[in-house]
Amino acid sequence: MEIFNSISKIIFQGYMGFRRQGSFNIASIFILSLVIFLFTFLFVFYGMAQSLSLNLQERIDISVYFDSDSSEKQVLEAKSELSKFAEVKSVEYVSAEEALNKFTEKYQNNSIIMSSLEEIGGNPLLASLNIQAFEAGQYASISNFLISGSFEDIIYKINYSEKKPVIERFFSLISGVNKAGIIFGIVLILVAISIAFNQIRLAIRNSRKEIKIMRLVGATNFMIRGPFFVQGVLIGIFAVLLTLLIFVPVSYFLSPRLEMALSGFEIFGHFADNFFFIFSSQIAIGVGISTFSSLIAVHKYLKI
Amino acid sequence: MIKFENITKIYELRSGQNPVVALQDVSFEVKEKEFVSIVGKSGVGKTTLFKLLLVQERPTQGKIFFMNQDVHQIRAKDLFNLRRRIGVVFQNYELFNKKTSYENIAYPMETIGANKDQIKRDVNEILQLVGLTDRAFNFPEELSEGEKQRVAIARALIHRPDVIVADEPTGNLDPANTYGIIKLLYKINEFGTTVILSTHDKGVVNNLEKRVITFEDGKIIRDEERGKFIL
Repeated sequence: MEIFNSISKIIFQGYMGFRRQGSFNIASIFILSLVIFLFTFLFVFYGMAQSLSLNLQERIDISVYFDSDSSEKQVLEAKSELSKFAEVKSVEYVSAEEALNKFTEKYQNNSIIMSSLEEIGGNPLLASLNIQAFEAGQYASISNFLISGSFEDIIYKINYSEKKPVIERFFSLISGVNKAGIIFGIVLILVAISIAFNQIRLAIRNSRKEIKIMRLVGATNFMIRGPFFVQGVLIGIFAVLLTLLIFVPVSYFLSPRLEMALSGFEIFGHFADNFFFIFSSQIAIGVGISTFSSLIAVHKYLKI
Repeated sequence: MIKFENITKIYELRSGQNPVVALQDVSFEVKEKEFVSIVGKSGVGKTTLFKLLLVQERPTQGKIFFMNQDVHQIRAKDLFNLRRRIGVVFQNYELFNKKTSYENIAYPMETIGANKDQIKRDVNEILQLVGLTDRAFNFPEELSEGEKQRVAIARALIHRPDVIVADEPTGNLDPANTYGIIKLLYKINEFGTTVILSTHDKGVVNNLEKRVITFEDGKIIRDEERGKFIL
């Protein structure tokens, strides 16, 4: 019973302390909000980079064209071999007839192309396999496999060399985005650490006298730490709420406006889909930094 | 009740200056229900003596006993038990600025897990004793210097300590408030609480006609049962 009495008093004292330390708490809430905001932004940025990367990756493939005298059976055999490749995400077979149909469909309104096609007579197009890899860097090895394998004799052309510059540029873009993400993450961690450190210094200055008095009037360490812990939790929660109050409307407003520029990536949708993870992480960061800094400050003066 | 046994306290200075001897081989005893004034000029070691008793600092040599227990043998995490038995009053009051008078006084009771009704009854009683019933819900910044010191005394008294240690409690007060505070301490002592008062105010001590221990240069130069402040 006595312990519940003490706990309820600790919670009440923590709440009153939070209410009455106006300017210090407001400053702490803003500082912590900044850290939480940076984290949230980093999370959304990472999601955006992933989405863009996937989107671009979907659009990249290489095509292998087979000699006109190669049989469908041989092409399908090549397809089956390629499908066994761990790097290959999908292989699509396009027969010479299908290729012609698509071509005529596409250029049916272009009289010059259509008359040229008629003049040539028959089907000038070749059967092909459209190959998609899981990652941009895997196309080179797929291409090497085809050139050096048993299908070399029936392959007319692989357009890897034509697409190579695009694929390499894409590959370097992805690696650039990843590097930027890592650098941004490190900067963010440094900022968070320095902010937390500053928070600790402020907390120490703010609570030094109070802790000294508490000790001298006979408070136990538990009774001293308790209210500071409660204050830390409240500061963390308010910092999260402030971040959400800014982030939710801003992302809701910007989401449709940036969707085109971000190749269909919806900031708000991504945020809403991952809300539980983001919210728990925000609480962990906000409450964690705030209570940690308060408790460190208290600990220093518990030795008085 | 309280026994200082050959206490020496030397402060080592970092900057290579000579160490400062604050107390030198000090021994005396305070009995239960006694009213003792510790007098001397500023810097003679009065505050150091209290800091050593409250285990805010450690003596360079010697021992301090409270109820036959060597206070410097108490583990840091158990010091609250000692401090609950000694009520402290400071020159600069040391009140919680963000708490009202009522909350300041109630705090020591909260630390011992007293319930709301007990706290309300005792705090109101003590507010009456120190004459601050109408200032219960004011914050320290809204109180006069004398009122702040009354709150500090009330807080020191609330959990019925065995002894009240008052370090220059009238140092910041005008004569009228000084008289009021000393009268209050006198009344508390009459109720049976031991009082140790440190002061450099001659008038205060000479009117009390109680035991006076005089310090000079960290040493006791006089200890008289019905003493006067003579320096």
